Amino acid sequence: MVAKVVTVTSGKGGVGKTTTTANVAVALAALGQKVVCIDADIGLRNLDVVLGLENRIVYDLVDVVEGRCRLRQAMIRDKRLPELYLIPAAQTRDKNAISPSDMNRLCEELRPEVDWILIDSPAGIERGFRNALAPADIVLVVTNPEVSAVRDADRIIGIVEAEEKGPVRLVLNRVNPNLTRRGDMLNADDVLELLAVELIGIVPEDEHVIISTNKGQPVALDGKSRAGLAFQNIARRLMGENVPFLSLEDSDGFLRRLTRLFRSGGTTG
Amino acid sequence: MSNWLEQLLGNKTKSADQAKERLKLVLIHDRTDLSPALLDNLKNELLAVISKHVEIDPGAVVINLTQDGREQRLVADIPIKSARRPRSG
Repeated sequence: MVAKVVTVTSGKGGVGKTTTTANVAVALAALGQKVVCIDADIGLRNLDVVLGLENRIVYDLVDVVEGRCRLRQAMIRDKRLPELYLIPAAQTRDKNAISPSDMNRLCEELRPEVDWILIDSPAGIERGFRNALAPADIVLVVTNPEVSAVRDADRIIGIVEAEEKGPVRLVLNRVNPNLTRRGDMLNADDVLELLAVELIGIVPEDEHVIISTNKGQPVALDGKSRAGLAFQNIARRLMGENVPFLSLEDSDGFLRRLTRLFRSGGTTG
Repeated sequence: MSNWLEQLLGNKTKSADQAKERLKLVLIHDRTDLSPALLDNLKNELLAVISKHVEIDPGAVVINLTQDGREQRLVADIPIKSARRPRSG
């Protein structure tokens, strides 16, 4: 096995990096892949609670880097899936506790052991982000269809390209179909045109995400919710499968086309 | 007018369209680190240089930053006034 390292990042906080990391990890593991996810958000760890593994932490990422434990000892196995592991962040340290070369070394050690290494990056463009970016083979940039998240995503994409990392794949998270339909939310085409990157997933806003996070059971564990299905599709696309994008507008496709028709007839341009 | 009718007739700028237009400009400036003022200076200096050699109409000059994928392009459209060349001989 030679793992691919996928770094999940966004620039802006609160757009769904950790949710995306947890769910894509779960979905990949459900496809029979051996997955390790690493929480690189030192000092503000959260991947453990989103995955529901917070009570099983003994050692963390900084313990590994500083040699207080072996890599294996810091890998918490998620018992719901055959081969999913979490290396949690340290909570009482800061981003400077590790360096980009520490992350490279850690991933080199893990690479032969697993299929996928998912790194949950902290928000921002500073040290923590640089740590998470260093070993990346693929960079998933998570954004929401709103101005500040898109602007920050653009900044991140610029840095990733300047560092010659990547390829970059975009996850458009928290898409509200009603607002999009009304023309009060940027749609996927708008965002892709602005950012000029390749899309890997469109995740609808879905209350199941909040409910499942409350319970520590990522939505992708069962594919019944739309968000869960969207995350499963991202995992399948990472595996190289050609999965059509979820249509968020199938319920009113006809009306939308009708509106367009009226508009193009009624106004110039 | 009810909301749906307004939408049907499309006679109101949608907030998503506003977001997109605003973002287009913001991203171009973020990516290039060129402010509108700097762009203005650039334009004036460019015109001065070109005017030394050919006659142009400064009012008709358009200089824009455009986006081509993730690359930014400075595009100058400088119409040259029809040159009346003094005939030699």
